[in-house]
Amino acid sequence: MAKLVSIPSNSLIPERDIDKSPILECVNLGIQFGGLKAVDDFNLTIGRTEIAGLIGPNGAGKTTVFNLLTKVYQPTSGTILLDGKDTHGMNTMQVNKAGIARTFQNIRLFDAMSVEDNVKTGMENEMTYGMWHGIFRTPKYWRQEKVAHERAMELLSIFNMEDMADMKAGSLPYGAQRRLEIVRALATNPALLLLDEPAAGMNPSETAELMENIRKIRDTFQIAILLIEHDMNLVMNICEGLCVLNFGRVIAKGTPEDVQANPAVIEAYLGKKKEA
Amino acid sequence: MTFLTFLISGISLGSIYAIIALGYTMVYGIAKMLNFAHGDVIMVGAYICFYATSRFNLPAVVGVLLAVVVCTILGIIIERLAYKPLRAAPLLAVLITAIGVSYFLQNAALLLWSSSPKVFPPVISNGNLSLFGGQLNIPYITLVTILACIVIMIVLVWFTSKTKMGKAMRACSEDKGAAQLMGINVNGTISLTFAIGSGLAAIAGVLLCSAYPTLVPTTGAMPGIKAFTAAVFGGIGSIPGAMIGGILLGIIEIFTKAYISTQLSDPIVFAVLILVLIVRPAGLLGKQIREKV
Repeated sequence: MAKLVSIPSNSLIPERDIDKSPILECVNLGIQFGGLKAVDDFNLTIGRTEIAGLIGPNGAGKTTVFNLLTKVYQPTSGTILLDGKDTHGMNTMQVNKAGIARTFQNIRLFDAMSVEDNVKTGMENEMTYGMWHGIFRTPKYWRQEKVAHERAMELLSIFNMEDMADMKAGSLPYGAQRRLEIVRALATNPALLLLDEPAAGMNPSETAELMENIRKIRDTFQIAILLIEHDMNLVMNICEGLCVLNFGRVIAKGTPEDVQANPAVIEAYLGKKKEA
Repeated sequence: MTFLTFLISGISLGSIYAIIALGYTMVYGIAKMLNFAHGDVIMVGAYICFYATSRFNLPAVVGVLLAVVVCTILGIIIERLAYKPLRAAPLLAVLITAIGVSYFLQNAALLLWSSSPKVFPPVISNGNLSLFGGQLNIPYITLVTILACIVIMIVLVWFTSKTKMGKAMRACSEDKGAAQLMGINVNGTISLTFAIGSGLAAIAGVLLCSAYPTLVPTTGAMPGIKAFTAAVFGGIGSIPGAMIGGILLGIIEIFTKAYISTQLSDPIVFAVLILVLIVRPAGLLGKQIREKV
């Protein structure tokens, strides 16, 4: 195994966020499956409106980090502070309520439901009407459903998908499904949005559009975004801070420029140069 | 005219199957399990209504409401105690547990209410609607059954498609993990599904015993199996499928009894099921799974 060089860096937080408390702090986060430390000693701090990237070779543990943050897996060591609050003991649903939403590497939309309904599933917490309101269609039901409909349309308009609202999610083209996953995650009102390979399978023009939209989402909603991506063009273009994982450990952190020049990163991606 | 009479009583019997089948199909759709104790919840509902009306002389409406409330709570308790701890267990373990719960309920009823048959008092005044100058007589209970079935169907389809609980149910039925990550309370949604299914079972129990007024602890078993058949027939997991499956099954059953043979009605009903499943393995309205190449 390659020798791991850790580049010390206090934080990735961009300057504009520096005087605000970070949205996410991972301290010595780790998970062990049997004898395998899938993620070990993971430290990361993300600012309020930062776009951060998590990169690394296949199998480095990137998606595992997402699963730890969203409590699909319970960490075996370390702490996750979301907005300063420890998420220890929370389940997936509670973490979502606390403000983390995500998309999936393999699209996991509700295929048989309409596009609009997929978005509305994310608004579960805003719609407070009880079962009887639902059965008897009280004014409260109509009011809240109307608000939900308007918000769903507004969110879909980010990606110009309003006219697809009544289509089945499963029948959308691949790129649109990826975009819908982002919209659905946004519907839960996150403070931190996790995107797992948002550009996977997209062509260069779609990727360029996606980059614009990720920025637009950050600017409009003033939220932090952490993304996993293999498309280096996208990563280097939109991420303000990068964290590189290899074999479950952070091997480099910093701005895209720093990371690109880092010998440990080059080695992780390309292998070690043979001594002549 | 006799044909019409048979058709109407077939639709009425089918409506009862359909209401029971809704419970099977909703629970299967969301928890991906076959709740074989569902038939026995019907029996409990019928007993509650029986005791409320004939022993405590409460009005029929109160008896029905009481049955619905008790069965709803029973459904939630069964789910909490018997099925929830097995959420991660193999499907076979859950299936065996469901059969166990079914026997538990039957034998608990045997202990509580003894094996002697009870004569179920009519919840709806005995009487007929006479049409065509007395040529066609439809008992009121038949009309009420069909009407109840239609109302339940409309409310349920509307509830699952248009309300947030309905959306949560459909989301859970497709992908529980993703649903939870979107902030949906998966356990709560499963409980709600059991509650609705069991509440409907109580209504079905009262309607069933009003039409066939002999009540014993195994009353729910056969209609339960038939309704399960109806749910599979229509495409398990599909609400309109359960409805169509139930009504078709009722009509087939009454027609075979009327025109072929009373003894052979059950074998013929199940033979039809086998034939349908050979042609359409996912049932009439079930999603046909195509293999992607």
